[in-house]
Amino acid sequence: MLGLNKRDTLLFAIVIAITLLAPIILNPFPVASDLAQFNAGYPDLMQRFVIFGIFAIGFNILFGLTGYLSFGHAAFLGVGSYAGVWMMKLLTMNVVPAIIVSVIFAGLFSLLVGFISLRRSGIYFSILTLAFAQMSFSLAYSVLTPITNGETGLQLSLNDPRILGVSQTADGSIPMTNFFGIAMRDGFELSMGGWLFTFNAGYYLCAAILLIAFYVSIRIFRSPFGVMLKAVKSNQQRMLYTGLNPRPYTLAAFVISGMYAGLAGGLMVAMDPLAGAERMQWTASGEVVLMTILGGTGTLIGPILGSGVIKYFENIFSKINDNILHDWFAFLPDGLEDFVVAIVYPFVGKGWHLTLGIVFMLVVIFLPGGIVEGGQRIAGLFKRKPPEDKNKTAAASAPSAAE
Amino acid sequence: MIKRPISRRGLIKTAGVVGAGLAAPHLFIRSANAYFNEPKGGTVTLGFNVPQSGPYADEGADELRAYELAVEHLNGGGDGGMLNTFSSKALKGNGILGKKVEFVTGDTQTKSDAARASAKSMIEKDGAIMITGGSSSGVAVAVQSLCQEAGVIFMAGLTHSNDTTGKDKKANGFRHFFNGYMSAAALAPVLKNAYGTDRKAYHLTADYTWGWTQQESIAAATEAMGWETVNNVLTPLAATDFSAYITPVLQSDADVLVLNHYGGNMVNSLTNAVQFGLRDRMVNGKNFEIIVPLYSRLMAKGAGENVKGIFGSTNWHWSLEDEGSVAFVQSFGKKYGFPPSQAAHTCYVQTLLYADAVERGGSFNPCSVVEALEGFEFDGLGNGPTLYRAEDHQCFKDVLVVKGKENPTSEFDLLEIVEVTPAAQVTYPPDHPMFAGGDLGTCNPGA
Amino acid sequence: MDAIILQVLNGLDKGSAYALIALGLTLIFGTLGVVNFAHGALFMLGAFCAVTLNELLRFSTETVDPSRTDFLGNPLKVKTPYVENWFGPDIGGAMIEWSVPLAIIFSIPVMIAVGIAMERGLIKFFYKRPHADQILVTFGLAIVLQEIIKYFFGANPIPTPAPDAFIGSFDFGALVGMQAGSIIYPYWRLVYFAFAALIIGGGFLFLQYTTFGMVVRAGMADRETVGLLGINIDKRFTIMFALAACVAGLAGVMYAPINSPNYHMGMDFLVLSFVVVVVGGMGSLPGAVAAGFLLGILESFASMSQVVNLLPGINQIIIYLVAIIILLIRPRGLLGRKGVMEG
Repeated sequence: MLGLNKRDTLLFAIVIAITLLAPIILNPFPVASDLAQFNAGYPDLMQRFVIFGIFAIGFNILFGLTGYLSFGHAAFLGVGSYAGVWMMKLLTMNVVPAIIVSVIFAGLFSLLVGFISLRRSGIYFSILTLAFAQMSFSLAYSVLTPITNGETGLQLSLNDPRILGVSQTADGSIPMTNFFGIAMRDGFELSMGGWLFTFNAGYYLCAAILLIAFYVSIRIFRSPFGVMLKAVKSNQQRMLYTGLNPRPYTLAAFVISGMYAGLAGGLMVAMDPLAGAERMQWTASGEVVLMTILGGTGTLIGPILGSGVIKYFENIFSKINDNILHDWFAFLPDGLEDFVVAIVYPFVGKGWHLTLGIVFMLVVIFLPGGIVEGGQRIAGLFKRKPPEDKNKTAAASAPSAAE
Repeated sequence: MIKRPISRRGLIKTAGVVGAGLAAPHLFIRSANAYFNEPKGGTVTLGFNVPQSGPYADEGADELRAYELAVEHLNGGGDGGMLNTFSSKALKGNGILGKKVEFVTGDTQTKSDAARASAKSMIEKDGAIMITGGSSSGVAVAVQSLCQEAGVIFMAGLTHSNDTTGKDKKANGFRHFFNGYMSAAALAPVLKNAYGTDRKAYHLTADYTWGWTQQESIAAATEAMGWETVNNVLTPLAATDFSAYITPVLQSDADVLVLNHYGGNMVNSLTNAVQFGLRDRMVNGKNFEIIVPLYSRLMAKGAGENVKGIFGSTNWHWSLEDEGSVAFVQSFGKKYGFPPSQAAHTCYVQTLLYADAVERGGSFNPCSVVEALEGFEFDGLGNGPTLYRAEDHQCFKDVLVVKGKENPTSEFDLLEIVEVTPAAQVTYPPDHPMFAGGDLGTCNPGA
Repeated sequence: MDAIILQVLNGLDKGSAYALIALGLTLIFGTLGVVNFAHGALFMLGAFCAVTLNELLRFSTETVDPSRTDFLGNPLKVKTPYVENWFGPDIGGAMIEWSVPLAIIFSIPVMIAVGIAMERGLIKFFYKRPHADQILVTFGLAIVLQEIIKYFFGANPIPTPAPDAFIGSFDFGALVGMQAGSIIYPYWRLVYFAFAALIIGGGFLFLQYTTFGMVVRAGMADRETVGLLGINIDKRFTIMFALAACVAGLAGVMYAPINSPNYHMGMDFLVLSFVVVVVGGMGSLPGAVAAGFLLGILESFASMSQVVNLLPGINQIIIYLVAIIILLIRPRGLLGRKGVMEG
């Protein structure tokens, strides 16, 4: 179906089902229960899952296929965001032009960075991309403030020119981002039994784009172009000897993944029209690397899972404070309650970084192929025959041999 | 199992269940409410958005302590703190409008993006009706505009940039903290007395919007009394070692160094400046002086001995003797064992002011809160009689000029108050050029 | 002229810190083939050795002084450090004052233990894993280490002053017959530079003139052959890792008086020291040192207002700009060898 083989069709179908039903799947606990704290089915976080999923899918096209580890992809996301906000300031609040322009600008910028950085490989390439991204961040934060609004982040104001549209609405506020009239924050809520589900227009726009992005990524993985990229990863020398120049292929992969990053950046400002310089910092670039490795480098679904896990920690774990813990463990005798809370507290709330660090270590120590490998191992327990894809994954995550 | 506080949605859900029976799904559009996140049932949820990770985590932790104390007092617990000294007597200690106050917390990470994400999560998931907190102006401006769009009230925490209530002001946002202009206006006369009118100042300025607005304010105020600004050098936010910026000061003929830095930058630049012997220098026959216009006691601790004798300004300090401050320090100190910081004070006061405005306006509707707070005059919350100006939602109150204490008696006793500059002296017209270019817009109830 | 000399001094000083961190980093690359993102955290741990010792020495008894009151109006509790009770105020006070130099002795066994534990407990399982895995696991470790420090010490910087004898500045100008006070430099920063030179020089001599160093260098060049010769290279690599950790730790101890340590200072240095290592050439020790000083000096010059006025923002990006230019001109960095880390 759709030019996919049976396995990929199944995977794609599963992803479609999960994304469309996410508002329900992510809210498994009734609102009034103690566990409602763990519900993730509210618009902002769902949008973030999907947007960072797109970002990581794109990153994986470069890193997973060619093995080129870029430490500067956040810069493309940032450039996309700035371009998107400027589009909203100057042209229209419709998100479509903003997203298109984000992708174009990120593509152009990644062409420039890629053209220079791809002259080197290995860690030298990583440092070149890192250097470009850090320069973009530093300049955006300070000297380029007229364009980026520096520390505060570029945002809409009440006196933007906005050619196709109004500077401000009748009641004197900034108009909302919309998709041909459907405001991104619109939606409806469904209350059923003890559960409450929020279906948000913005989320579904992002989800639709994620599905397209995911489909394109499957096609790239399975195309001759994708095979060529894998050849770059496994042995560039041999490729050169057969008369193929790997540069155009890697540059194409770099620009494609840069455009994915720009798309993610454009969607971020479409959901929330503010572009902050921090999203270009090296830590943000590092985050997408971690998402990809955590999920499973070179696998199709891995990056989406990885981004989900990290964003979940950032948004859900960081909100558990000691009051909530005391509520949870209130059934214990007083002394024991305090003791348990004291044990758990360093790992949640303000300690969410610690838990994330431990998760990184555990996953990479015990599951070298990331979450995807974990899933496969669990599946393997139930199947007699090991999954046929296993060899493929192992090959993908094999060490990239030094020359 | 203890019952968890029922959230707004919990109640909607319960109503849905009771009304329509167990299985019948209940569908509704958000805008069915009179205003966004209207609290229903017996509780109201406030969102405390403070830095819990990153370099300002300790300041954030202190803000959170103050919020918890404020919630306790609003719900009638503890000794009531400033509720007893507050000039408005609308708050009864029975929550807000009879609803028990609940709160949720989020981590701003001192990044605009992360701060907006956690604020959105509190608004969308937890139904917070008001967001407050933060320890930087970038975050305050970003979250303020988010709250304006979402239709909830934002009560700024620690934010000192002129822009927060200047070009980036918003109808739904309110700032109790002072700003760069006020620091400059309060410091200038004290500096004139201490160091005279014939001085050459060299500025080191953090290279982002807060740094720029403060530098602009200080330069204007000191130049007005006869000082000359020799140079202004912008330093990168990420700088950790300031030696390369300090040594040119030695080469210049400046006799005053102004450090427009905050937090970690301030600790490092001040430490480096003292290392290079600037304080022992004699230039133009005068003793070389260093000024740190915005002090934070928590951060000053990191600079250790180096702060001794250095002038700066602060929004509030625990050694103030007025009734409100004493009451606050007592209840905070008894609960946590150490005195509150200026960040804790402003956050505590902001929570009380919000609750009081709701109570006086009789509704949680943001527009009613805005109306109640605009032009509100009050006293008894430290800093003397205070006005929440309607034109820009900035508080006008006394500003403290402080100096690093020579002989501290405890680890908290780092600053001594030199002068309490009266509000009138730091007041500026709403259309002052340093604050121009913004527009409050209209209050947004979100529905 | 004075300004230029001062900026060279600043650059050498900054370069010392970069070079010390980069030295360990490139040593680990060269010998073990491991990309260690936790190396910055080792620097931070070193600085916190100084903080810990300082706090241990300040460990105090409390006596109530009814004549004074604290902020709540209760009688003030006066703290007296135990060391002052035990050794008298003079010696005790001197011990507290000299806590940073004392911390050098304290930190060496601590950092070696940390290094061995890290290598044996974690890193050795990652020799044959892809670099991406190494990055993820060491990055995770770096986060865990800094969060642990944050849990115990808080997020704010903690002042750790140098002994009084080193406070103040040395007057170069007077020394060479120029105007007094024109070129002055803080004593402690000079100490830092001398210390770095000592460690770097010692490291090179050690690697150049000892059998151990020879084996390690041989292992860097061709690990397999060394193994075939029947030499237990793994054990030596463990020691090498511990030494690299120790160098980073000492760099941190000595840095504590320059800037008050905080829990994320390791991350601040991590990226820069990676750039330094790569610009110097992966696995090249002289390259790392040279690049450290070069970037330090360039960074200092770029901060001069004459330069910034000409090229706004140059001080923010100079290091990265130089890194890009060098890597484009010299594909393997300043002194890199062919074939290292180019996979």
